[in-house]
Amino acid sequence: MTAEIVVQAFRFGFLILLWLFIYAAFRVVKADLFGAGPARVSPVPRRASAPVKDKGRRKGPRGPRQLVVTGGSLTGTRITLGTAPILVGRADDSTVVLTDDFASSRHARLTNRDGDWYVEDLGSTNGTYLDRARVSGPTLIPPGAPIRIGKTVLELRS
Amino acid sequence: MGERTNPALATGRSIPTRRNTELAMLLFATVVVMAAQAIVDATVRGSVGLNVLWYGAGFAGVWLVAHLVVRRFARYADPLILPAVALLNGLGLVLIARLDAAAALDAESSGEPIPGGDAPLQLAWTLVGLVLFLLVLLFIRDHRVLARYGYTFGAAGLVLLAIPAVLPTSISEVNGAKLWIRVAGFSIQPGEFAKIALLIFFAAYLVAKRDVLSLASRRVLGLELPRGQDLGPVLVAWLASLGVLVFEKDLGSSLLLFGIFVVMLYIATERVSWLAIGLLLFSAGAFLAYQLFTHVQIRVKVWLDPFAFRNDEGFQIVQSLLGLGTGGMFGTGLGGGRPDSLNIYAKTDFIITTIGEELGLFGLVGVLMLYLILVERGFRASLLVRDAFGKLLAAGLAFSVALQVFVVVGGVTRLIPLTGLTTPFVSYGGSSLVANFALVALLVRISDAARRPAAPIGAPPPLAETQTEVLSR
Repeated sequence: MTAEIVVQAFRFGFLILLWLFIYAAFRVVKADLFGAGPARVSPVPRRASAPVKDKGRRKGPRGPRQLVVTGGSLTGTRITLGTAPILVGRADDSTVVLTDDFASSRHARLTNRDGDWYVEDLGSTNGTYLDRARVSGPTLIPPGAPIRIGKTVLELRS
Repeated sequence: MGERTNPALATGRSIPTRRNTELAMLLFATVVVMAAQAIVDATVRGSVGLNVLWYGAGFAGVWLVAHLVVRRFARYADPLILPAVALLNGLGLVLIARLDAAAALDAESSGEPIPGGDAPLQLAWTLVGLVLFLLVLLFIRDHRVLARYGYTFGAAGLVLLAIPAVLPTSISEVNGAKLWIRVAGFSIQPGEFAKIALLIFFAAYLVAKRDVLSLASRRVLGLELPRGQDLGPVLVAWLASLGVLVFEKDLGSSLLLFGIFVVMLYIATERVSWLAIGLLLFSAGAFLAYQLFTHVQIRVKVWLDPFAFRNDEGFQIVQSLLGLGTGGMFGTGLGGGRPDSLNIYAKTDFIITTIGEELGLFGLVGVLMLYLILVERGFRASLLVRDAFGKLLAAGLAFSVALQVFVVVGGVTRLIPLTGLTTPFVSYGGSSLVANFALVALLVRISDAARRPAAPIGAPPPLAETQTEVLSR
């Protein structure tokens, strides 16, 4: 019916098209994994060219970008940090909703001041711990220090 | 696809919505589907007409509506879920239309009346599925609401599961499996909907009970065994699965349900011992079923040596293997194989064989990659989402797709005994298609919650200062 050469072209052409779609999809996956933060797009020239858009949102490449849950039932959850404060607790409208019997409904708050993150206990029953010390007032979170809330452990990552 | 430039830099938002990526991928999927249809037309009928353009426009239009609804109601949803589903569904439609055309040609040449095609019906079911997709996204704005109705969903799921077993055989039995409701020309498989309802129930139930279920009693061979009294739920799930097998003679659904429950139990409790217990119970169930039921024995015998039964029970699987062999690495080309004359189930259970015959190993693996992308995005949503119920539900939904594809593909390629399950989004069959659209809507909803940036907190929430706590469980 159709010339043999055309059939062959269709045969391989379609397979190539199908795999191009898959390739494009994996490019999206890759962009999702690595391209989410602007760190990989060499931040220095970008800041030089468009400093207004940054508005002190991030203090260069070294400020923390993600809040990572490293212990407890939510282990593996990552939250990309903006400037908004992060509420941690069992209440449904918290940023990190814990299902942890040792957490209060409004347990702790993480706030950003000029690119530094502070943790503050919101009068929880069992307390918030930064590394080993119980947090009383707003406390600066040093990089890599574990924040413990009940059985849950949170860390800031850049 | 524009993924190189990060939209966040241009707009100042910290997290891109990636909706334009989704649109571009959907258009790409449309191009692939149109190409498939054009190739089928050229090969089977010898000419490509303008109708390919119409099909493409219709397909693109339908998915554009879905895209716009996602853009409006789930802005931060994963950009790959919809395109992967669209392409799978589109390829399914093209293959079913192609099998229709082949059947019509056969009938014409042998002088029989031309059978009505299945493709228009499948297209109608796709539209129904999309409407359900839109309704789920519209009405369920927050997946956590579902957790409140956990037991309702559980009861509904069990009822749906049990209906075909209770109905008289004349209504509910097709090809020996009692899992249908056939009313007024329509046949519905309630089990497909039961699967999703039960998934929601499992997630809600396991989130509430997982602390108890992960208590350990003693260590045996490096496994921390759960307490004896906590074995109740897994035994109930096991008995229910066996019930499906006994009363509805449906190996596939039975396997799927039990597998989903055990894996969700494992995800919820992080105890490997539940997997071991699940495997043990599965082996016991499989052994029992083999001893008691002849239809299970036949499946196993055919699996072990299909060519010995090539003229009766093993006919389907032998034809499937021959079809895959004909396809080889690169296939015969779309429209170039003879899947229709080989297999009467080419549109349903054996559509994977049709793909393997016409697109070859490369095409089949490509289709499996699409499922992999879908499942991976589901698990990714599960990892990112911030509440335990959403995590468990997304993981369960993603795993159910993965397990179903494994059981189907394993069955037709003779890796495991053949069980009758549909290939999600591709096979002919309305219930499966519609139910899977609901499943995808839930995944989109959860992935939206997972990727949505933390809401800026303005005024303190009204409940913040109150002393009493409202406990939901």
